[in-house]
Amino acid sequence: MSKQVPIVDYLVLDGDQPHLEANACAECGALYFDRRNACARCGAQSFERRALAGSGTVRAFTIVHRAAPGVKTPYVSAVVDLDGGGVVKSNLVDVEPDPEQIALGMPVQMVTYVAGTDDEGTEAIAFGYAPADASHPENGA
Amino acid sequence: MTVSDTVWIIGASMTKFGRYPDKDVVDLGSEAALAALADSGKTIFDMDLMAVGNLYEANGMVGQRIQKQIGQTGIPCYNTANACATGASAVRIAHTAIKAGEARMAIAVGVEQMGKSGLLGGAGRAKGDRKVFEPSGRYGAVMSPEGVLGTGIMPGVFAQAGMEYARQHDGVGFEQFARVAEKNHKHSVLNPLAQYQKEFSLEQIMGAEVVAYPNTLLMCCPTGDGAAAVVLASDEVVRQLDPDQRRRAVKISASVLTSDPWTESAQVQPDVNTLTRQAADQAYEQAGVDPQDLDLVELHDCFATAELLHYDNLRLCEPGGAGEFIDSGGPWRDGRIPVNVSGGLISKGHPLGATGVANLYEVTTHLRGEAGDRQIEGAKVGLTHVIGLGSACAVHILEKPAA
Ligand SMILES: [Zn+2]
Repeated sequence: MSKQVPIVDYLVLDGDQPHLEANACAECGALYFDRRNACARCGAQSFERRALAGSGTVRAFTIVHRAAPGVKTPYVSAVVDLDGGGVVKSNLVDVEPDPEQIALGMPVQMVTYVAGTDDEGTEAIAFGYAPADASHPENGA
Repeated sequence: MTVSDTVWIIGASMTKFGRYPDKDVVDLGSEAALAALADSGKTIFDMDLMAVGNLYEANGMVGQRIQKQIGQTGIPCYNTANACATGASAVRIAHTAIKAGEARMAIAVGVEQMGKSGLLGGAGRAKGDRKVFEPSGRYGAVMSPEGVLGTGIMPGVFAQAGMEYARQHDGVGFEQFARVAEKNHKHSVLNPLAQYQKEFSLEQIMGAEVVAYPNTLLMCCPTGDGAAAVVLASDEVVRQLDPDQRRRAVKISASVLTSDPWTESAQVQPDVNTLTRQAADQAYEQAGVDPQDLDLVELHDCFATAELLHYDNLRLCEPGGAGEFIDSGGPWRDGRIPVNVSGGLISKGHPLGATGVANLYEVTTHLRGEAGDRQIEGAKVGLTHVIGLGSACAVHILEKPAA
């Protein structure tokens, strides 16, 4: 099996249990995906890693038809409210890029897939969200 | 110098927005500055401060380069960059200096030359480079997340913001968003300073190429070039103006700038609502004006979806009622609160740094009764709004003084 790396460091591949991990403020619980200097909500400076749920609902979406060169279109971008807390943005997968086929508020489940391969054969693993009924709970990277 | 309770606009100008391949930012900025000074009856030699907003050459001392064309007097010159609130931020600097008594008169200029560059960003690495995944940046990304982990560029961000509103409120969808563009294109026909002056039917707008659903090409602002300027003055200066000039002075009843307060979802998708609401509420309180008192509003319709949200954020409609507001014709020039009678960013154009000054020019011109064919009759109170993603939001309320 070729070597795999996550596309961003808040995606934890963890064998067959890929999930997102956030920096959670130790004081107020605010969640962040980026490297932190302090909490923008309360000012605290200590954080703990928190695993987030793979399931959630679509808070907003757009179907992108025009993009920078090299970006494949059309694709569906969505903001997802995760069950148990956290908001994340990614592509919707396994859906037609058609506004009639996507419902605001619809339940979705995180899936992972190979987004690219570098010149050493290493695969970059990305995550997206599929309609909950169409997703595969055992889907691994 | 003494502290000034009120700050006034005594001169205002804008260039026609469009494309000026034979000019540079200094030409455009100088043109707007000289026209605003001429309009005020003052000269650059009367100014105590200059503030210049520009984004594309933000490290290029644009303000001082304009001074070198129109008058070098040694006054403090500030160059500002604050995304699409860049021009309005320059105005805020001039405003606070007069209010504090550090300046009696000041000029604020917003200028941008964008050419035909889009807002979509450039291509990735050059072909031929060896590609090895290495985590970089604050998210440890090994490749560009754009188009893989959703979208983070303007058309998609504002499309998602619109869809979030559509989820929260009934009666809001593609057609309501498209109607915003129908209105602004129609309004622009009366504005000779607009980059485009072309009417489109709702069918043409909804049937145009989709950029980021629900925004089609005719629901997105164009790129372009242009400049605008205002001359601000203290109470003392205005009292001493000759009567014909004093009659044309417009009072700045509120001047507010906000940034993003913390909200959960804004960590992944810019929240254009909360800081706009806070700016509007502060402005209404500062001015002692109720939203229902407004005779016209120039707001930041970078995309049609954005304008609809701001009806609600600026309290122009009932909470949650933005869909009903556009459906009922409320923001049309003959409606309850005319919005973007200039044509808005969608049709008037959006040279980034100029926008937040040009909307002050527009409202000032109506309050003076000098807006020609597009004049809103009897306009006495107007509001301007800009938002730069990242984010910065400016709201100004202007009033025609009692005669
Ligand atoms: Zn905190």
